[in-house]
Amino acid sequence: MATTHSRTLAQFMLFPSVVLLLAWMIVPLCMTLYFSFLDYNLLSPGTEEFIGFLNYEFFLTDPAFFESFFNTLLLVGGVLLITICGGIGLAILLDQAIWGRNYVRIMVLAPFFVMPTVSALVWKNMLMNPVNGLFAHFATFIGVDPVDFFAQIPLLSIIIIVSWQWLPFAALILLTAIQSLDREQLEAADLDGAGPFSKFFYIVLPHLSRAITAVILIETIFLLSIFAEILVTTSGGPGYESTNITYLIYTQSLLQFDVGGGSAGGIIAVIIANIVAIFLMRLIGKNLEG
Amino acid sequence: MATNSSSKSKVIYTLLAWTISAAIFFPILWTLLTSFKTEAEAISANPSLFMFDWTLENYRDVLERSPYFDHFWNSVVISVGSSLIGLLIAIPAAWSMAFVQSKRTKHLLMWMLSTKMLPPVGVLIPIYLLFRDFDLLDTKLGLVIVMTLINLPIMVWMLYTYFREIPNEILEASRMDGASISAEIFHVLLPIALPGIASTLLLNVILAWNEAFWTLILTAANAAPLTAFIASYSSPEGLFYAKLSAASAMAIAPILILGWFSQKQLVRGLTFGAVK
Repeated sequence: MATTHSRTLAQFMLFPSVVLLLAWMIVPLCMTLYFSFLDYNLLSPGTEEFIGFLNYEFFLTDPAFFESFFNTLLLVGGVLLITICGGIGLAILLDQAIWGRNYVRIMVLAPFFVMPTVSALVWKNMLMNPVNGLFAHFATFIGVDPVDFFAQIPLLSIIIIVSWQWLPFAALILLTAIQSLDREQLEAADLDGAGPFSKFFYIVLPHLSRAITAVILIETIFLLSIFAEILVTTSGGPGYESTNITYLIYTQSLLQFDVGGGSAGGIIAVIIANIVAIFLMRLIGKNLEG
Repeated sequence: MATNSSSKSKVIYTLLAWTISAAIFFPILWTLLTSFKTEAEAISANPSLFMFDWTLENYRDVLERSPYFDHFWNSVVISVGSSLIGLLIAIPAAWSMAFVQSKRTKHLLMWMLSTKMLPPVGVLIPIYLLFRDFDLLDTKLGLVIVMTLINLPIMVWMLYTYFREIPNEILEASRMDGASISAEIFHVLLPIALPGIASTLLLNVILAWNEAFWTLILTAANAAPLTAFIASYSSPEGLFYAKLSAASAMAIAPILILGWFSQKQLVRGLTFGAVK
């Protein structure tokens, strides 16, 4: 009958996507896993040998790993804190009856569409440069010493730039969520004499909890892999002060040509991302049923 | 009284919202303004917001003295090409999952999503080595392949959520009338689904245009799209703020315009339907 016919056809139509994604995921991942057990440097080809877990041992005991792991936590945590708090504030503000709301929305959303290399370079040169940057001019104007952002507070500077890029995303998602809030509930609370704070903590925040979780998880997936912003501003320095795990693996693999060590790092990054992914999948899976 | 206080609060909220959003937008505005200044004015210690000698010199310099247009074209080919190829692969998959549901559909969707969560450094070395061995390094073809694959899960997901909203009765009615599968897809489904497909295309062009991990790693002088080309302005020799601004303005303008059209789709696409 038509159903069996369409079932076969449906599977045939699924085939390309499934095969491509399977190949994209499984083949390179298995290669990374294989390389991670080899002593393999691109500068001395033909000398590869199996060394067991030695690459993992070196990678995990390297002080650079601890520093970049800690930096990764600070970077992800810092950006999340700024974008979630700022995003909630902006969402509530943009939900009010204001004049020119569409223009305000457009301006708030704009940074999300700026490519990472452009936003990093604009902030680095035109705003944060200690001599010619706008912040330095302003500091001189009010009579303070200008901050040399990328020498004195490299990681914080990157956190500021990345937060600027992701604040619009958080604000937009949370605004979408807040607009589905039942207005009658707020009016009822008004009649009961609830103040703005209790309305926020007992009605708005619980309503947003799902969207906040989604923003946290999705941002975390992207923020774990921050790369371009570091490459064009500090190149991970000074020392390892602004190196995250992604950047560390990049330097080890493609600047020091240590395929084995870089692969071990890659597998560790996959494990870290998987822990986050499990929670995100659960959240989305729940929605799929509902 | 009540209207008075509410119009008062409207004024306050409006002022607050405009101040904050202007601050958020400021770096982009400043880039646009600087792109029309001379280099001397661009680094002036007494910067002026609007009162300066407006010039188009920087745009001319960037376009004439650097292969800017080649890199712009690379960006167009890579982002539009990968999105179109992605659509060709994703539409059938999303169609079959949305209309011929089985027990496995949900698991399949979740698995597709999980490939998106794979950190790029997990596959960095094999992809780099495979690209080297197949002569794909620094080619547009190579980047189109990578972009198609990394955005395929988002495309399937977005299309799936759009297709799910199409009532099954319409399809059943067309089947009753004896429409073949291809007629069902091309004459019934596609016209209804066109807005969803267009939004998917739009969001993926934006994502591919701004992607800055693989473009920086897999390209050099030949196939570099604007993300990678602009990064070359970070080299320390000389500070060319006005030219950097002109190059940046041209790189972000098309996407800013496309982006403003895709606000709604952005929420759906990037939260995989978790927030609508």
